[in-house]
Amino acid sequence: MSSRAVLCLVELDNGEVAAASQRALAVARSLAVDPSPGSPSAGALTAVVFGVAGQLAESVAVDLARHGATELCLVSAEGLTGYAPVAWARGLEQLAAQRTAAAVVAAATDHGSEVLAHCGALTGLPVAANCVAAAATGDGTWQLVRQRWAGSLLEEAVLEAPCALLTVAADAAAGDLTALAPATAGHGVPVVKFTPSLQEADLRVRATESAEQGGGLSLATARVVIGGGRGVGGPEGFAALEELAGLLGGVVGVSRVVTSQGWRPHRQQVGQTGTKISPELYLACGISGAIQHMAGCQSARHIVVVNTDPDAPIMSRADYAVIGDLNEVIPALVAAIRETAGQG
Amino acid sequence: MDVLVCVKRVPMVGGKVVLTADGQEVDTRMSGFTVSPHEECAVEEAVQITERSGGTVTVLTLGPPEAAEQLRDMLALGAHRGILLETDGREWGPVATAAAIAAAVGELGPGAFPLIMAGNEAADTGGYQVGIRVAHALGRPCVTGIKRLEVAGDVLRAWREYGGGQEGFEVALPAVVGVKEGINLPRYPSLPGRLRAKRAEITVLRPAWQADGLRKVALRVPAGSAQRARVLGHGAEAVPELMRVLGEMGLLAPVGVTGRDGVVA
Repeated sequence: MSSRAVLCLVELDNGEVAAASQRALAVARSLAVDPSPGSPSAGALTAVVFGVAGQLAESVAVDLARHGATELCLVSAEGLTGYAPVAWARGLEQLAAQRTAAAVVAAATDHGSEVLAHCGALTGLPVAANCVAAAATGDGTWQLVRQRWAGSLLEEAVLEAPCALLTVAADAAAGDLTALAPATAGHGVPVVKFTPSLQEADLRVRATESAEQGGGLSLATARVVIGGGRGVGGPEGFAALEELAGLLGGVVGVSRVVTSQGWRPHRQQVGQTGTKISPELYLACGISGAIQHMAGCQSARHIVVVNTDPDAPIMSRADYAVIGDLNEVIPALVAAIRETAGQG
Repeated sequence: MDVLVCVKRVPMVGGKVVLTADGQEVDTRMSGFTVSPHEECAVEEAVQITERSGGTVTVLTLGPPEAAEQLRDMLALGAHRGILLETDGREWGPVATAAAIAAAVGELGPGAFPLIMAGNEAADTGGYQVGIRVAHALGRPCVTGIKRLEVAGDVLRAWREYGGGQEGFEVALPAVVGVKEGINLPRYPSLPGRLRAKRAEITVLRPAWQADGLRKVALRVPAGSAQRARVLGHGAEAVPELMRVLGEMGLLAPVGVTGRDGVVA
């Protein structure tokens, strides 16, 4: 089998390769390796970034080399400014055809998932969403492991397609890349340019506004999240959780039952259909632990539970538990923290 | 305006996923079924649009005969008509599902359903693509991840959250929209709604199953999800031990003294 060209859509975050794209690159890298027995060799892995050269930091090329890419392809076209999902998909599709790519990979972000789905629709090919691992089998198919139920279940699957289209779950474990690209340390990948041929219809959906929401901590990136569920009992019960979150430099997150009761706004919801969090501490109060909720907090470093029910499902997913009424435990904890801070 | 909302029957899963002995399905003998949360919000949004400006809401699902239950649940929320693309119970991939939906819509003529809505992704398979594939098959623009929607004449404005900010889109109808939970708070079904849903006629079509290039081999529950929490104590008496644990995690440095970045006290 000849070496396999693989494309990976890369998104940037403050001029650096976004964390989700780093994981996508790791999976894309494993697809670029030829599995032929006796002659394993690494094929080309092209990182695809939409934008023009002048707007990119030079460090991006070095960053990409570190994450296993062998080339950076900058895609731009007249009229293509900002995010336009069909135009991006058209660009990837045409680049994949030009390179006879074996696979096109993207992070399973809102942009990555959407663009790859458009690629699938444009080409008629299947798309495997939320993969955590992928490998070429050597007979033209791919063996995949992908998430279902936002990661509460894993599916082993076989993908059969002339070009594999897949997205990589944001919480997939990043592979060890040190063995793959040892010689490239400190050097940037070469940069090439590509101009897709776009039609008017490819540009009819484009992001027209993008405003940062005002200040404060975000649930997705907070270091401490104080979670409240059905056990909080009503909207007024969240004052104590807010106070505790304030003392620990964190924010309040809630379960789905809390938002569907209208106790708190949906933007505070942690879970499969809310926000995925990855704090140092998730202190889950009065939350039973439905899998849809746990899918949103499984990346927390520590989970501590306050719950009256010692048999709640969340007990089997947490590090520590206090068995008791949160309306008693949380005010006592707040008092203890205030006392400690006062002494400090 | 006539709105079509595509929904999916999925297992109602709670604290634990149990698989069938052959590892092919979620065991639903003790749990039952529901509609994916994003899609319930899509139905609510469609009902609100027709309450404001007239028209009808049609809910469509592809699934086994029992999926008519989920259509009736949505009819009870205020949808007017149901279409069941009936299957023999096999799992359909996104390519075949989208082709069947597009064919059913296409048969009703190009002017049918200026607005087609779907959930952003199904709760179980999470494929993120059926709505987009339907849009391409019908030659319509598609926006996804939508948490706010306005329809004014032939123009649809939609917004979604992205990277701490918002992305806005403006497209001409007819269009396809993928909706996310949080766009609204779905109502509870009323008693008259339930009675109407019970009597409502559901159109049944039977598309032919097609293989997808992505084939499921087996499902499994991820390893390492069966630890047991260490109990620190009971009630307020556990607070000293809880303080010790939080201290070990390095979380009890007094706020404002250490000046950690981004901390809002």
